[in-house]
Amino acid sequence: MTTANRWRGRAGVLGGYAMALALLFGVAPLVLTDFRLRLLAQFLCVAMVAVGIGLAWGSGGMLTLGQGLFFGLGAYIMAIYLQLSDAGPGGRPAFMVTGSGVPWWWELFRSPVAAVLGIVAVPGLLALLLGLGVFRRRVKGAYFAILSQASAAAFALLLISQRSTIGGSNGLSSFRSFFGFALRDPVNRRMLYFIAAGVLVAMVAIVHQLRRSRYGELLTAVRDGEERVRFLGYDPALVKVLAYGVAAVFAAIGGALFVPIVGIISPNNVGVVPSIGFLIGVALGGRATLLGPVLGSLAVSYAGSTLSENFESVWIYLQGLLFILVVAFLPAGVGSLPGVIRRWASARSGPRGPDTAQVPEGPPMVDDPGPAAGAAVVRTGGV
Amino acid sequence: MRQDYLEIRGLRVAFDGFVAVDGVDLTVLQGDLRFLIGPNGAGKTTLVDAITGLAPATGSAKFDGIQLLGKKEHQIARAGVGRTFQTASVFEQLTVLQNLDIAAGAQRSRRSLLRARRAVPPSVELAMETTGLTPLRDRLAGELAHGQKQWLEIGMLLVQNATVLLLDEPVAGMSADEREQTGELLRRVRRDHVVVVVEHDMEFLRAYADWVTVLAAGKVLAEGTYATVQADPRVQEIYLGPGYADPTTAEAH
Repeated sequence: MTTANRWRGRAGVLGGYAMALALLFGVAPLVLTDFRLRLLAQFLCVAMVAVGIGLAWGSGGMLTLGQGLFFGLGAYIMAIYLQLSDAGPGGRPAFMVTGSGVPWWWELFRSPVAAVLGIVAVPGLLALLLGLGVFRRRVKGAYFAILSQASAAAFALLLISQRSTIGGSNGLSSFRSFFGFALRDPVNRRMLYFIAAGVLVAMVAIVHQLRRSRYGELLTAVRDGEERVRFLGYDPALVKVLAYGVAAVFAAIGGALFVPIVGIISPNNVGVVPSIGFLIGVALGGRATLLGPVLGSLAVSYAGSTLSENFESVWIYLQGLLFILVVAFLPAGVGSLPGVIRRWASARSGPRGPDTAQVPEGPPMVDDPGPAAGAAVVRTGGV
Repeated sequence: MRQDYLEIRGLRVAFDGFVAVDGVDLTVLQGDLRFLIGPNGAGKTTLVDAITGLAPATGSAKFDGIQLLGKKEHQIARAGVGRTFQTASVFEQLTVLQNLDIAAGAQRSRRSLLRARRAVPPSVELAMETTGLTPLRDRLAGELAHGQKQWLEIGMLLVQNATVLLLDEPVAGMSADEREQTGELLRRVRRDHVVVVVEHDMEFLRAYADWVTVLAAGKVLAEGTYATVQADPRVQEIYLGPGYADPTTAEAH
């Protein structure tokens, strides 16, 4: 790449980020009502999970079907902290009707610093342990997907069984303040939106850097040829666990911000169904691209909320149909549509020249060589 | 100059009672282009698998004084032993340059991994020259021709800083031209590497082998130059079947 090209590329990237910031911090608060802005903030939290999935699944080939586990951990730690701070020093939340005091693991998150640390550290460490255990044993592909989905299911069941300590299937709700700011105040709600928007942009920037770094190239290499990477002298388990851990922490932060914005967290938000829900937007937008997961996730969240306002039962079927269609016909996401059409057209118009030699297709979904277009997006980096 | 060598003693690999490699002794010196031949099922690939940590083995396989058996694949790779596979396994979604850069980077610090590549490492530049892939550096590896993929594999071994190169059928499926170029490439790299080539192609063997080891049923059957091995009646028997052992009768047919 020439220097001029590199500078043009860099300007494009900066311009993209500037535009995203202008949209999120300028246009959206101006044109949206408080209600819609809150909805957008909720979508942004879900998109945070999607950004992490994009890294782990898109770049790393790990089909993380159980991000609800990490989303839930972050969310519940935040919810515990908010309940305790509402109850005041030494107090206990109102839903705990029997017994006295609070469980010891509630006490861990009474201080705001411990809560914030816990939101990052608990899911991060869990992902590290789970990831090393699984990747060292060379569990991958569909087996990894099933394992991660089962962990989300088990987590949801555990929460449901703990009625007296964590609210059971009702979950935790009716939070009054967020780190000392009253949640009823619209100005504070707006602040929550700005926090979510800033965090999401930061996450995209982190993934952007990881993708263009040597680590990102290595992660893609592990996705496409784990054995080969091993014979080059790397331990693929370590490469994968970093991406998996980042995805877990992103999901947990999304969950933690989801709680004060939406006002409730329950096992319904962390089980198998929401875990698959996180994935649909990523698949739709293009998992191996930088922005596909965010945009896909936002689009699916928006479509979901608009449609379920009008026809509630239709959405779930439509969601399933969408997922099947994307996986079957556009495994690289909607972003690959122009490429797919072009290939289809050139296949009809006659034999291909040497220039259009195709990259051989791998198995679909997992450990799939992602779209060649993915690399181009990183380089030009339009936001 | 110090001479590196790979020393294998009494190497044995058994799967569920089936003995694939049965007490192989093999010494390969730096600078000779060693070919490993034998009929299907002779244990050639299994031997390579055992040295590189893919198949559990007993006995000894030492390089540079380090016992390789019992180590993990990536540790063996870091000890300086690299291999290729029968089917080229380059990273098809990455460019030639990225493939080589990854191969060169196993010793990089964790922090430098998190940065983008700013300059092409000299070893990568050199490997692209050696393998003739410099003009294709920004092409995706998946778009390369079959022969070019194999050369990229060999290039990856070179930048990986492997001293022992174990190549599993590198010219399989190549055109005559590509074979010749591969042979020349191997001649260039043997000077400062220990090179072991598993091969079926007799023409290729005749043209480039310095020294040939014949494996049969997991054991070393014969060793020597191409001419001596070819003249060995036991080798003729396993390749051509009994009755062909005597060249005079073979001609009479």
